[in-house]
Amino acid sequence: MGKQILLADIDKPGLDRLEVYRRLGGYKALEKALEMEPSAVIDEVKASGLRGRGGAGFPTGMKWSFVPRNTGKPTYLLCNADESEPGTFKDRLLLERNPHALIEGMAIAAYALDCHLSYIYMRGEFGFLIKPINRALGEAYAAGILGPSVLGKDYALDMYLHLGQGAYICGEETSLIESLEGYRGYPRIKPPFPAVSGFLSSPTVVNNVETLAALPWIIENGAAAYAAIGTEKSKGTKLFSVSGHINKPGVYEVDLGYPLLDFINHECGGMANGRQLKAVIPGGSSVPVLRADECDGVLLDYESLAKAGTMLGSGGFIVFDDTVKMPELLSVIADFYAHESCGQCTPCREGTGWAAKVLHNLIAGKGKKTDIDLLLKICDLMEGKTICPLADADVMPIRSFVTKYRDEFEALCTS
Amino acid sequence: MIEFSEEAMREYQKILSRYPEKRAAVLPVLTLAQQEFGWISEEVAEYVGSLMDYPPADMKSVSSFYVLLRQKPVGKYHLEICRNVSCWLRGATGCMNEAKRLLGVEAQEVTADGLFSWDFTECLASCGTAVAMQVGNRYFEDLTPEKMGAVIEQLRKESAG
Repeated sequence: MGKQILLADIDKPGLDRLEVYRRLGGYKALEKALEMEPSAVIDEVKASGLRGRGGAGFPTGMKWSFVPRNTGKPTYLLCNADESEPGTFKDRLLLERNPHALIEGMAIAAYALDCHLSYIYMRGEFGFLIKPINRALGEAYAAGILGPSVLGKDYALDMYLHLGQGAYICGEETSLIESLEGYRGYPRIKPPFPAVSGFLSSPTVVNNVETLAALPWIIENGAAAYAAIGTEKSKGTKLFSVSGHINKPGVYEVDLGYPLLDFINHECGGMANGRQLKAVIPGGSSVPVLRADECDGVLLDYESLAKAGTMLGSGGFIVFDDTVKMPELLSVIADFYAHESCGQCTPCREGTGWAAKVLHNLIAGKGKKTDIDLLLKICDLMEGKTICPLADADVMPIRSFVTKYRDEFEALCTS
Repeated sequence: MIEFSEEAMREYQKILSRYPEKRAAVLPVLTLAQQEFGWISEEVAEYVGSLMDYPPADMKSVSSFYVLLRQKPVGKYHLEICRNVSCWLRGATGCMNEAKRLLGVEAQEVTADGLFSWDFTECLASCGTAVAMQVGNRYFEDLTPEKMGAVIEQLRKESAG
């Protein structure tokens, strides 16, 4: 299983150094891109079928094509390195081991977008990566890959590291932009979309680390080669971050369309301690949970997981055995959203906190059966009624857990 | 007297040069101020405000949105233990209870010697190496309640020598 695009060289010692990265073929794709027309680069990315790997899965080439040209305003490229979706740790791996793939991907994207100033917005908790990323950027500047004349061409690009300071919501693209502008990270209503009006009211593209890191391979090998992998609508490979009650946790690169149960049992080594699979969250805590008996025939791609009532999301793949208590697990998740709600929209600010309290009450044995319906009612009050999807990200786990494991919630009730 | 050192001033100028508008430098400057002064007190917010020409309340407001910008003092080693899904599965609660027991303080309280404080935090992107804990710019991973004592001692030794 698995074309190794993103993880091909990930274990090679010194990959994070320019000399090694170049020796392994690095920055040839950028050279090639700079010989193409920017519009041709956009077309290539469109044809590849690459979709946003942060969680939303929006076609990358299409997002780029929304950027208007010749507005007189600068265009900005922002790398979303704010990886904070529970269960997800694949961007961290790329940042840690292969920063030059990100820098090269960003340079390719920036060139295509006629962008001359770009930022890597990295979560502040990745403090241990500040020096390594800045070192990689320094290497790129020293080698003329960044700066006034990229690889000797008439194209200037600056790229800087910008640190978040602890806020899950800043992984939402408009919140990221708002935070980058120097404010509390409140998401913005869309439209206008960032492509038209984002950072400093200028055209802005926000792309995830994994999305950008895939670009060098796509340019080097061609869109058709990328599109030959995966399924009809889910092209290419995706990094899955595997954790939970599994024998071999870690980051895996999967050809999209690979069977979910095979992935658990073969690649990931099966359930730890020989226990039975009870549930799986395939795409980060924000997606609906899948019961073990719902996994048959499900494939790891956008469409199959959506058809199964869940989502590919960030690929934060958490596996649970039969020792897990679903109400307690849901309470951990609900506390997260209550904590991370930015507070801007009343349904989310109040709803996430309310749901968390109801769950605490239930688990303490002080709840009633009507509290279970109350949880579902709170979901209805939140869903689709907010500026950003954080409320929906709370609704999906709550609704799926309560619906699929209702008996466990009822067992906690006094009446 | 709250004031940037010469070195911090140089860093401040470097930060400003990276952004097309001064406002975009606010978060990095607040971060620099915390590195210099330990936490974002009213005085620090006033200083940053006067430096950048923004109201102190504005600077305090921005800083209070972000968990890593401390609104009260923390220990030299602030143990932030992930409480989220994969770490919870692997004993995060036990690790937090051990931190509380060994340090003798509640969450967010600082030990009398100023060395330690602890709190929960959310997903640190270490799910495959749970339980994870952040201390300043470092991660400690594959933690168990049993290992907490050794980690705390290691940090105590570091501080001494």
